[in-house]
Amino acid sequence: MAAPAQGRVGVAGRLARALPVPAGAGMARMLVERNYRSFRRTWVIIVSGFFEPVFFLFAMGVGIGSLVGDVEADGRLVPYVVFVAPALLAASAMNGAVFDSTTNVFFKLKYAKLYDSVLATPLGPRDVAVGEIAWALLRGLVYSAAFLVVAALAGAVTSPLALLAVPAATLIGWAFASIGMAATTYMRTWADFDYVQLAILPMFLFSATFFPLETYPPALQGVVQATPLFHGVAMVRDLMLGQVGADLLVHVTYLVVLGLVGTAWTARRIERLLLR
Amino acid sequence: MPVEPPQVPADPTGSPTYESATREPMIRARGLVKAFDDFTAVDGIDVEVRPGEAFGFLGPNGAGKSSTMRMIGCVSPPTAGELTVLGMDPRTDGPRIRAGLGVVPQRDSLDEELTVEENIWVYGRYFGLPRRLVRERAAELLEFAQLTDRARSVVEPLSGGMKRRLTIARALVNSPRILLLDEPTTGLDPQARHVLWDRLFRLKREGVTLVLTTHYMDEAEQLCDRLVVMDHGRIVAEGSPSALIAQHSTREVLELRFDTADHAARLGEVDGIAERVEVLPDRLLLYTADGEAAQSELHRRGLEPLAALVRRSTLEDVFLHLTGRTLVD
Repeated sequence: MAAPAQGRVGVAGRLARALPVPAGAGMARMLVERNYRSFRRTWVIIVSGFFEPVFFLFAMGVGIGSLVGDVEADGRLVPYVVFVAPALLAASAMNGAVFDSTTNVFFKLKYAKLYDSVLATPLGPRDVAVGEIAWALLRGLVYSAAFLVVAALAGAVTSPLALLAVPAATLIGWAFASIGMAATTYMRTWADFDYVQLAILPMFLFSATFFPLETYPPALQGVVQATPLFHGVAMVRDLMLGQVGADLLVHVTYLVVLGLVGTAWTARRIERLLLR
Repeated sequence: MPVEPPQVPADPTGSPTYESATREPMIRARGLVKAFDDFTAVDGIDVEVRPGEAFGFLGPNGAGKSSTMRMIGCVSPPTAGELTVLGMDPRTDGPRIRAGLGVVPQRDSLDEELTVEENIWVYGRYFGLPRRLVRERAAELLEFAQLTDRARSVVEPLSGGMKRRLTIARALVNSPRILLLDEPTTGLDPQARHVLWDRLFRLKREGVTLVLTTHYMDEAEQLCDRLVVMDHGRIVAEGSPSALIAQHSTREVLELRFDTADHAARLGEVDGIAERVEVLPDRLLLYTADGEAAQSELHRRGLEPLAALVRRSTLEDVFLHLTGRTLVD
């Protein structure tokens, strides 16, 4: 019999040696499979990740939207719910990815010692990083698709390009999951997760999510534009409003770079922590 | 397509020397070193493990056993020296070597979010084995581990012995050529230990090379064809359990407990009775070929210890002689 494990190691192994990232056997999907098995038993907890943005959509978009009226977005006037729905989609992609890649990963890393037993098999640290991050965004993908359906029913979808918001939200998930998991490898206790909230909450509130960038004084606009969620929100908003331009490329590039750096960084950290 | 690592055929003569004459060693270390920032865990060891044998690393906690096992398991890069496992170099062929190893870590690291059978399925998938094969093998392995009736149970409520057996079953899912066991029975009650030893004997009969660490001398004597005694990262003795005992101890030991706070003070009274005397905080150990004769001599001198016991020498005595310390502190 030909060895699938060994054959794959051949190709992936050679590739891994050529790249400045830790070794893997190209079998990250096995970890995704493991997470899926575990998820089937805990799906109730996970469904809550869908309701959060839906509640926000109705409270902010429909509720507060009736007081706000129309707002200007990408140079035209739209109802507030149309303005805020893309931001909620982007923010929920961030929240879901961060939750999965911090709390869940920390438990597996420190308490369940899952990765110690995984690394005793042909899988390497890169497989652990890629597998966990991929799982976080698969979940994000399902949430985003479900949210988009609800947003469409609420009348917040105006362009067929909105369908592209689902892969866009997955990209946001990747960027945040990879940075979140890398940060998790530095955490020592559960108390350290307060720092995550400290980073996430202001981003959620101030990344041109609930009000336009132009509301800020020019000096602060630069700060807002430097944050990753700003690019996520702007990207999804462009797509849902059907306003595709060169800006989109900037947002995508920013998030792709973040995802690549975060994934490589995570793999390196897993190697440092567990393969010493 | 998944590969089963080739099984080493059972040795027809049952002797490890037969295999060693005809086969490459499964593991070979020369001057192997593992140093961390502030200390050297393994300090230049030479080891050779032959196909089909049960090989032991015996030593107290902190002797460097686990660090050695981690290097062999390709999850800890050696600091210096040579290491070959299954004929390959862990530095460059880690994943391929690990594909042929089964690892039973010191602490059970079962996946508590999964059921008993799922633990084996998922672990088999990490080796790239197809789902169908993994399911077939899980059924056999659960039988082997006497856990068939718990297959659908979650892992958490299992007893310590069951978890250990499941960890071993899981480690066998890829039909490993070498099974690495780090303190396989630490923390188990005597009955669970015997069940486990019986399973390990079976594996050995099937030709699996066993490499284990232990700080229990009875375990080493029961399981190991050959072993090395480690202390402070070095190998202080090597051989079969009986050869080590013959070489470094006497046939029998007379253990004496006196009504005293300091057993060293009673050393003069037993002078000349035995070839050698070791002083422990709570007793004296008199090393002699004939324990009965030593006991009569004790009686003749009018010495009356609180307790006197004649027993055979064990590896514990070998360790005590070599290092001046007991194994389990």
